[in-house]
Amino acid sequence: MNGRIAAEPQVVAEGLVKRFGDFVAVDHVSFQIGRGEIMGFLGPNGAGKSTIIRILCGLLLPSSGRALVAGIDVAQDPEGVREHIGYMSQKFSLYRDLTVEENLRFFGGIYRVPHDKLAERMRFAIDMAGLRGHEKNLVATLAGGWQQRLALGCAVLHRPPILFLDEPTSGVEPTSRRRFWHLIHTLADGGVSVLVSTHYMDEAEYCHRAALINRGRLIASGSPDELKRTALGGELLLLECANLGPTLAALQQAPGVLDCSVFGNALHVLVRVAERALRELPAYLERKNLPPSRLERIHASLEDVFVRLIAADSAKRGEAA
Amino acid sequence: MKLRRLKAIAVKEVLQIWRDPRSLMIALLLPFTQMFLFGYGVNLDLKHLPVCTFDREGSQLSQDLFKHFQASQYFAIARNVTSYADVVAAIDHGTCSFAIVVPPDFSERLNDTGAASVQAIVDATDDNTANIAYGYAAAVVGDYSSTVQIRWQDRQGRALQQIQPLVVQSRVWFNEDLESRNFIIPGLVAMIMALVGAQLTSLTISREWERGTMELLVSTPVQPNEVMFGKLAPYLILGWVDAAFCLALAALWFGVPFRGTLFALFVTTSLFLVVVLSIGYLLSVVIRSQVGASQIALLVTMLPTTLLSGYIFPIDQMPKALQTITYLIYSRYYVSIVKDLFLKGSSLAELSTPILFLVVYATAVMVLAARAFRKRLD
Repeated sequence: MNGRIAAEPQVVAEGLVKRFGDFVAVDHVSFQIGRGEIMGFLGPNGAGKSTIIRILCGLLLPSSGRALVAGIDVAQDPEGVREHIGYMSQKFSLYRDLTVEENLRFFGGIYRVPHDKLAERMRFAIDMAGLRGHEKNLVATLAGGWQQRLALGCAVLHRPPILFLDEPTSGVEPTSRRRFWHLIHTLADGGVSVLVSTHYMDEAEYCHRAALINRGRLIASGSPDELKRTALGGELLLLECANLGPTLAALQQAPGVLDCSVFGNALHVLVRVAERALRELPAYLERKNLPPSRLERIHASLEDVFVRLIAADSAKRGEAA
Repeated sequence: MKLRRLKAIAVKEVLQIWRDPRSLMIALLLPFTQMFLFGYGVNLDLKHLPVCTFDREGSQLSQDLFKHFQASQYFAIARNVTSYADVVAAIDHGTCSFAIVVPPDFSERLNDTGAASVQAIVDATDDNTANIAYGYAAAVVGDYSSTVQIRWQDRQGRALQQIQPLVVQSRVWFNEDLESRNFIIPGLVAMIMALVGAQLTSLTISREWERGTMELLVSTPVQPNEVMFGKLAPYLILGWVDAAFCLALAALWFGVPFRGTLFALFVTTSLFLVVVLSIGYLLSVVIRSQVGASQIALLVTMLPTTLLSGYIFPIDQMPKALQTITYLIYSRYYVSIVKDLFLKGSSLAELSTPILFLVVYATAVMVLAARAFRKRLD
């Protein structure tokens, strides 16, 4: 997947910074998105995801740094960029008092989709959004998931090579969310580069690459597999035992243990090398009269990874500040 | 500027206006009710002013004088009282704003010397009314005294001669009946259109910011001019309907004589509508909040149009500094145009100066609005 980026980066951000007064919303963020690649922006609310997307759409000027979209510097020529992008803002921004068809026709006009192609493109968008039979319905009467799919339909009506989707699945029920991701994949398979933000950590699995953003900084990025393998800086074990508290305290002193935390009624232990720890830890704990009832290696979910990374980053920067 | 995008904006705007019957009703009903409220409410003519009489003599002559007052359309005798205290009470309570007191020796002096005086008491709380009433009363008394004089000379056996070396034969032009309504109603049309026009467009852009639709719109290649003209066009049509309505009411219902051509009225009214719609639009672009923009729109239309446009208060009577300021008030030009069109029947050529001012105004406001429209969020 990295090969795609090297070949044709569609979006390039270099040291992007955005300040609002004293508040640094985006702090030296750099990344690239290749043709047909789905890049996920993950992070808590207020992390700066929307601000980065707005900079890339030319809606906000970066305080410093540079952003190239479709090879055009956004700050220099925002209008040049706008022909090449489709955008879904975080807040639903179609016209609720217009029907499905009227919204599509409006954006068809705004993007000057050729008249002879408009009918076909509208049909495509309606089918894609699963809105056949609802063309004459007012958008206000549609459920959230349907509205979001229509918004995506409007954003791709002019066949942009780049899509910026700001939390498109927020507040949408799980079935609709899966369906929405399926649509994104269909578009990416057709060569569209997609930058999509979400605060649902599990949705990172749908992305080719994910970037974790916390307090304005990009703290980790890579494919979901890479992130799970490397981002924690160790391997994860699950440990069940009788006395959680004393065991936790004992493990924090144990050799080869990087971190240890309570997870439900068990412990998650981050160790340098799993195989060695599986051999040595039971003996270490028995010496302290705290024999584990179960100890095994587990594969971290992306959510584990993100929660740990964000906690670690916040703690580190809290100390620095 | 691309026509395709302009058209897309205009069609969308029409659909939104159509889907919002409440605002549409306001746009059409507001001018209607205002025409009637102001058309009947604002009247500078003094008619049937309630008068209180105190006849201290009770003679044939004094009663004759009162009959003259009663016969005049400007006065109506509301009270006949018998003491000064009652006169004071009638004026204090506001039942009468004018009182005439005839002295006890009225007939005697009139017969002996041919000259007598009566006392007039005016409530001058409203100085304008008081002045007019005083003038009318003097005229009534003057008229009466000339009849008395003729009778007196007759009785003295003198030849009937009235010495009137100079007489003004006045002809009133343009508003022959001297009806203040003919003067006020055309200006009223201007005021209502300024008010409604700016209100309509003050919401268009701010509504999109508030609903979040603007964030998407500014991320598209749409140009500020396309948004502006696309949004103004439907409201111009709505403005035409309002204007036609008000102007028809003025001519047909209130009977203000219309002497100009419909073509001149159409051209100048369209121009004025473009000015007020652009002002509302500019405010909407700058303020980005519906409540704020509509409040300011009310302030910048209603106030200057009422006070400084010459709609009621004549501009040439204002202090010099204020007169200079009125050149900045767009409605001053249309008020003078519409009054001239109605009452004088002026041609477009004769109205070229105010028309030129309106053109300059419209252009300036639109250039400002197009520049103020920023396709950024910060």
